[in-house]
Amino acid sequence: MSATRQPASTKGVNRSHRTRARAQTHLWVVQRVTAMLLALAVVVHLVMIVTAVRGGLSAAEILSRTRGNEAWLAFYVTFALAAGLHGAIGLRNIASEAIGLRGRGADLAWLTAGLLTAGFGIRAAIGLYA
Amino acid sequence: MDMRPRSHPTYLAFVVHRVSGLLLALFLPLHFWALGTAISGEARLDGFLRWAENPLAKAAETILVILLAAHLAGGLRVLALEFLGWRSRQKDMVAASAGIALLVGLVFLLNVV
Ligand code: HEM
Repeated sequence: MSATRQPASTKGVNRSHRTRARAQTHLWVVQRVTAMLLALAVVVHLVMIVTAVRGGLSAAEILSRTRGNEAWLAFYVTFALAAGLHGAIGLRNIASEAIGLRGRGADLAWLTAGLLTAGFGIRAAIGLYA
Repeated sequence: MDMRPRSHPTYLAFVVHRVSGLLLALFLPLHFWALGTAISGEARLDGFLRWAENPLAKAAETILVILLAAHLAGGLRVLALEFLGWRSRQKDMVAASAGIALLVGLVFLLNVV
């Protein structure tokens, strides 16, 4: 599965192939690093969710936790960035395998989609903080 | 064509991981957008939360929680395989991932209803 996505030695391969291979490796690394960050963040998020929903959710309850709290702001901003990038790279891998959508243009489009999604998340995080 | 066996539990784990990742990635922008818009005021956020009280929204939330827990546990299995070289007992790890996902979903359901 994943191991095969890691390019083998690129010695002797022409330049554009080498650049592609390097981009692939970078994306693979970003997806793994974000996966590790998300593993922590999602555990925190899930524990938060299942405890917060006890007795119903209210805006006052949520905002009293997040308003003016830098730690939660930093947590949500990091979480949003990691999830946006991780999800977009995942979608890119699926689209590349399933419908053959690949290449530099596609990669840039996925990166944009990931950063845009992260931007929505950061907007929400700032809303919770401010 | 990929001729690896498809009857092994790890193939099912791969499919579950892919489908859960796909659905979560499609849901993420909606989630952020809805939250970011609702947060513009306390009253507005309460309105959104009240809307989310309906049984259909709760059912959808439960499914999302299970998908997230399944993707988390399955993702940890992949990372353990890739970085720690835990190659043995993959069937057990798949079963444990599924168990964790269902457990988290159940705890959510018990707390939300
Ligand atoms: C809970 C923490 C998470 C962990 C530990 C995790 C881990 C992983 C790993 C290791 C992969 C690569 C699988 C492979 O190549 O076989 C992956 C793929 C993927 N992840 Fe996550 N992930 C997490 C959260 C998320 C979230 C929040 C989203 C949604 C934005 C997401 C969306 C995806 C997608 C779309 C894929 C591609 C699936 C595929 O190629 O089959 N993941 N994840």
